[in-house]
Amino acid sequence: MTRFVLEQIGRFLLLMLAVAVVTFALVSLSPVDPLQANVGQAALLGMSEEKRAALAAYWGADSPMHERFFAWFGDLLQGDMGTSLRYNLPVVDVIASRALNSLALMGVAWLVSGVLGFALGVLAAMNEGRAIDRVVKGYCFVLAASPTFWVGLLLLMVFAVGLRWFPIGFSVPVGMAASDVTFADALRHMALPAITLSLVGVANVALHTRAKAIDIMASDYIRFARARGLTRWQALGRHGLRNLALPAVTLQFAQVAEIFGGSVLVEEVFSYPGLGQAAVTAGLGGDVALLAGIALVSAAVVFAGNLAANLIYGLVDPRMRPAKGVRR
Amino acid sequence: MTSHEALDHAASPVHHHHSHAADSRHAHGHHLLTVEDLSISFRMYEEGEGDEGGDLAGAGAGVASAAGSGLRRWGRDSRLHRYLDAPQREVEVIHGLSLSVHEGEIVAVVGASGSGKTLLADAVMGLFEPNACVRGRIWFDGEPMDAASLAAERGRGIAFVPQSVASLDPLMRVGRQVEGAPRGRGAARRADASRRRARRRELFARYGLDESVARLYPHELSGGMARRVLLCCALMESPKLIIADEPTPGLDAALAGKALADFRAFADEGGGVMLITHDIELALTVADRVAVFRDGTVVEETAVANFAAPDLLAHPFTRQLWHALPEHDFEAASPVGQGPCPCRPTEATSSVGQGPCPCRPADDEGTGPC
Repeated sequence: MTRFVLEQIGRFLLLMLAVAVVTFALVSLSPVDPLQANVGQAALLGMSEEKRAALAAYWGADSPMHERFFAWFGDLLQGDMGTSLRYNLPVVDVIASRALNSLALMGVAWLVSGVLGFALGVLAAMNEGRAIDRVVKGYCFVLAASPTFWVGLLLLMVFAVGLRWFPIGFSVPVGMAASDVTFADALRHMALPAITLSLVGVANVALHTRAKAIDIMASDYIRFARARGLTRWQALGRHGLRNLALPAVTLQFAQVAEIFGGSVLVEEVFSYPGLGQAAVTAGLGGDVALLAGIALVSAAVVFAGNLAANLIYGLVDPRMRPAKGVRR
Repeated sequence: MTSHEALDHAASPVHHHHSHAADSRHAHGHHLLTVEDLSISFRMYEEGEGDEGGDLAGAGAGVASAAGSGLRRWGRDSRLHRYLDAPQREVEVIHGLSLSVHEGEIVAVVGASGSGKTLLADAVMGLFEPNACVRGRIWFDGEPMDAASLAAERGRGIAFVPQSVASLDPLMRVGRQVEGAPRGRGAARRADASRRRARRRELFARYGLDESVARLYPHELSGGMARRVLLCCALMESPKLIIADEPTPGLDAALAGKALADFRAFADEGGGVMLITHDIELALTVADRVAVFRDGTVVEETAVANFAAPDLLAHPFTRQLWHALPEHDFEAASPVGQGPCPCRPTEATSSVGQGPCPCRPADDEGTGPC
């Protein structure tokens, strides 16, 4: 047990290190000039040569990559993630304020796509070849083949611009004092991005669940359960769902990464101030501290998702546990 | 069938398409299970689509040739139909099959692997694929059965013993699986659950399974434990008929012997066993009667005693089997259901030998050599 925990911690630290190095290297190699991106082309041209050099020195843009990396990494080890160029705030504050928005959005999308996708997948599998199966499959194929941002734009056009049921963007009403924003307002603003992410996520989960459920319903143990007098649905309830839970759990936690990726696009489309949008801003602005910070946080979330899947596997499947006689 | 008991088996050993063993009993004046003229066919898509010539034998690869039976094509009359609908045909996998199981006996259904024996088991349990078309008559314990009444007996009067632990849910403890799903709601459900627990304990005790086995998962069972657990599953509801599908492969000789002894004990207590196997030697050692299965039908259903000499066997294929047994002359050392066609002109004296040759496609009325 201790060994398992140490192993996981070791893996986590290695992952963090790798993510930090890669992000840093990519941003440093990118052609975006942080000075120009953050001060603006016109202002940069109006500056004197000394002023430019002073600003570059202040932001550390003139020192070589490895020096900056070690300076940043040293601070990180002391708990300081640096200061965001773009927002002129500590990276921790930027991430904290945006993570709340993003995690709420992704959490809802993750749950809805998981539950709905599982239910649709099972329903389609139990009615394989019939009309209901064809409808579910058709929906899934169309949605799985559609880019997330395109689905978002479509929903935006129909439900926000056309029907005016939902706001066209942002996480709170425009021009309202932060203290006046109600929970209902926040929900209304989150609805459309969350629906977009869910719709696209459902397709994936439903198709996988359907295929797995068909396999399981054709298995020997379902056949035997039916030979013992259970109906197909009873056999599904008693034996099928339990076995279906394993792949579903894996898929659901692998889905964390997918939803994260999708949220970057969706937040851009809906101007939703979340981590994804901040990541895009940071990337375009050469804001290496913020980008590295966001990369670390998202890698940690995805890592946690995969770890959770592993742990749940052990809980559900007795074959994954250490044999009784071997453990002392 | 009411006059059945009046028959003297010694005087007329052959009736109802089969010959009897010495101790085949007709309690209550009927068979435990009677299957008459059972046919199972599947509707499936034509493989070579759009071939207009209707070369049925050529198109019917795979299952069709295994079944060796008549094929019928659907909707070839209309040109438009061909564009809208992939052509389908009906493949008959089991045809004209008759079989009986008496109380107190083991009937072995012997045939090659993949010849459709498992379909027979499914049909008797009323488990049909959605694209299957099943015709025929089945009586269970004197009652004529249809799909619904067979389904109602499934797991109650008719129990199934599968081949291996692959038929157990890998994620559920063995005890709960043997007990099965309790029926009813509320208090009735709890009462049923505790009745099942008591019955399971009783069966575990009878078959020498420790109470701790109930807490194990299927993958933790040894081969011998798995066999007894599967038998306990079948015996939970005190069935009258057990259908065992290849219950011994993978077991060593000692374990296989114990498995068969358990079936023998069940039969001796008045139950009936339909033992499906590809192993003719095993069938001859344990069964009372043997039904020889070939090309989707039972070509001969006869007492094990008749395997003493080839002259007692009616069908040429059964005789060929006899000759292929290791203790005989190895004259035709080919596995069941394969090899050259055994149909030669015979003196067809019994009811089994009459009718069309089973080796010949049903639509072929020819009388020449096969």
